[in-house]
Amino acid sequence: MQNEEKKDEGFGRRDFLKSAVAGGAVAAAATAAVTVPQGAQAQPAGNGPAPGYAFLNLDEAAFVEALVDHMVPADQLSPKGTDMGLAIFIDRALAGGWGKGDRLYMQGPWKPGVPSQGYQLPLTPAELYRAGIAATNAHCMKTYSKSFDRLDATQRQEVLLGLSSAKITFADGLPVRVFWSTVYQTVIEGMFSDPIYGGNRDKAGWKMIGFPGVIANHAQNIIKYRDKKLPPNFVGIADMS
Amino acid sequence: MAKKLPEVDVVLVGLGWTGGILAKELSEAGLKVVALERGAPRTPQEDFSLPRIRDELRFSSRNDLTQNTQRDTLTIRNNPSQDALPMRRLGSFLPGEGVGGAGAHWNGVTWRWNDTEFKIRSRYEERYGKKFIPEDMTIQDWGITYAELEPYYEKFERTAAVSGKAGNLRGRIENGGNPFEGARNSEYPLPPLNQSLACDMFTAAAKDNGYHPFPRPVANASRAYTNPDGSKFGPCEYCGFCERFGCEANAKGSPLITVIPIAMRNPNFELRTHSWVTKVLKDPSGKKVTGVTYTNTLNGEEYEQPAGMVALTAYAINNVHLMLLSGIGKPYDPVAQTGVVGKNYCYQTGAAATLFFEGRQFNPFMGTGGLNVGMDDFHYDWNFDRAPHGFIGGYNVAGGMTHGRPISYRPLPAGTPQWGKEWKAASAKWYNSAMIISSSGSVMANRYNYFELDPNYRNVFGAPLMRMTFDYKANEHRMGEHAANVINRIAKSMNPTLMNPATARTEPWSVVPYQSTHNTGGTIMGTNPGNSVVNKYCQSWDCHNLFVLGAGVFPHNSAYNPTGPVGALAYWTADAIKNRYLKNQAPLVSA
Repeated sequence: MQNEEKKDEGFGRRDFLKSAVAGGAVAAAATAAVTVPQGAQAQPAGNGPAPGYAFLNLDEAAFVEALVDHMVPADQLSPKGTDMGLAIFIDRALAGGWGKGDRLYMQGPWKPGVPSQGYQLPLTPAELYRAGIAATNAHCMKTYSKSFDRLDATQRQEVLLGLSSAKITFADGLPVRVFWSTVYQTVIEGMFSDPIYGGNRDKAGWKMIGFPGVIANHAQNIIKYRDKKLPPNFVGIADMS
Repeated sequence: MAKKLPEVDVVLVGLGWTGGILAKELSEAGLKVVALERGAPRTPQEDFSLPRIRDELRFSSRNDLTQNTQRDTLTIRNNPSQDALPMRRLGSFLPGEGVGGAGAHWNGVTWRWNDTEFKIRSRYEERYGKKFIPEDMTIQDWGITYAELEPYYEKFERTAAVSGKAGNLRGRIENGGNPFEGARNSEYPLPPLNQSLACDMFTAAAKDNGYHPFPRPVANASRAYTNPDGSKFGPCEYCGFCERFGCEANAKGSPLITVIPIAMRNPNFELRTHSWVTKVLKDPSGKKVTGVTYTNTLNGEEYEQPAGMVALTAYAINNVHLMLLSGIGKPYDPVAQTGVVGKNYCYQTGAAATLFFEGRQFNPFMGTGGLNVGMDDFHYDWNFDRAPHGFIGGYNVAGGMTHGRPISYRPLPAGTPQWGKEWKAASAKWYNSAMIISSSGSVMANRYNYFELDPNYRNVFGAPLMRMTFDYKANEHRMGEHAANVINRIAKSMNPTLMNPATARTEPWSVVPYQSTHNTGGTIMGTNPGNSVVNKYCQSWDCHNLFVLGAGVFPHNSAYNPTGPVGALAYWTADAIKNRYLKNQAPLVSA
């Protein structure tokens, strides 16, 4: 199991595509079996968005897929992160207005400030994400001689704990806390926002905790279901449109 | 060169609650009124319809109904020794933008502030002595009384469909209400909302501890209602999408379903959206304003709109900014302690405990904007002796949840991992089995909490941003400690399975995360031009035909939400203009 997982993480679609781009001349890739792992880009169930990334490049997609599958592993409570559409959600968020800095005041001069002054980087969220993935992978290469997506589960856990506690510092000066808080925010948003944005596929995030969604009226429910569970009926925007 | 337009009687800068009230009242009095709103037009039918209004990502995470900080924001710092930096995105507070303003996306909690606030300095000095008030605490009496404002509170509550239970009817203490409130002339227009399990559990626990809990008064209609102006409300749906969202049921008291559509039907009133006021103009004497300049953001053209009277009715912070940009009144200087514009910026503070009850089903998503039970034992109970605790002001404690939207609300016991299977399991286990007890605390004015123009940063119109210098002081820290102890005492008495206790805040104010959109001060009210920007009729001491509305006129901040007195003062000011100012256009209070 561990080996199989490692094989998928270690070599796959990205290498295949990269070697194809490079005319098949990538020596490091040549000896390993070039396979496109089944399920890495499984068709979303129902009417989810078509697979394929609008913003993330191959390395970034591999990072994000590994990240969301580590943070949200499959169990009886939910499918794993990629199967919940989290990588697609993140990609769409970064490609869209929010990722491009919509509503963000972007005039200098720029100073780091103190934490109570909030976000102060001259980067849009998409630029921050890109720089942070590169910096995390640089840390992983230095520490493990592998990029994040090729680490085993224990190593991934070690890296995420290092990011979330800011015990890792990035050599290029990017503030790790700002990167991590943005990453964490997007994972949570992907898991619990309305499925119209590509995450929370099949309302799996809502089902996991019991949030019924955009149901029209609870005026009677608040009396009828006092101290009782609401019968499961999960309604998203698309269901009512 | 700005194109000069024909003169009108009144220009309103911003169209939310205060602009809407003045628009209706003054156009009905026969005045030609123009409202200039910097944001977009908006109607509930078009913009708040199901299902798309119930989109947590768009309206809550991305703040779709609020001010766009790309165009205009503040710079912020905790004290004058720091470099102020721009608030690059919204976080701690959410000023509204667009027609309806923050009145479109508020929760609806509507309190009556009384003489505990309006006579704060004299009451504390009388009871505790002058020395009890720290030297740098720049609190002052407002110059207005609860008795003067009472009829206007009643008017606003009836307009906005406030649901609640009176605790003091003409001096008689009523069961089920807040016994510490000021005497009311009448009951609330609507009975309280149906209470949730969390509300009832908190009520029982607060009573067991000897306190006086009551359903918080809130402009969420507990049943179908027609207000005195004929505006129709539907009953609240308990949908859990209230604050940060518009109401699709027309159950939330909002200017968009009350005063604004009434004004819009009056031929004396004209609304111009996408109209960004950049300056209020003065005549050569400096004793009167003559109108405003504004930019039509649809084409970039600049206009001068002459007016006999100007009222600043934008969000509190933006009113202060426009005063400073227009050079009206003397800017406040904390070192020399001169000037008044920008003085006494205040905020609020709070603490919260999360209580986990294995097996209980709280259904937090069945919520309304104000589905909480409050208690005022450490706020408006003047018998509560502050001397041993060393703080001025107070806090309201509340139990219950107003929503269960899952991006922002997922209660977890302290120490739960942030991701992985254990995180998932805890999220699933506790989402529906937790409740919150929290406090909202006052913030007293301080010499070093203030606004001024920023020397470094500019908005998209090239105007300097406003600089906010703010932090909590020892007074607020002592109060926070008291509040945390009371919350934890009540919480423990409820025997939760697990509990994340409340802790007193000690770190500096931060622009993240969201805390409260209850920003006050900067254009404060007072008894004379030396201590204030406006008199008790919200009339500028410098220019008598300029009125400044909103919470910017509050000289300090209460534990209560501000919209009750914001609405009441708008009606009070409208009456003063109609009944007195129009007959004799001069200062309504002699300096």
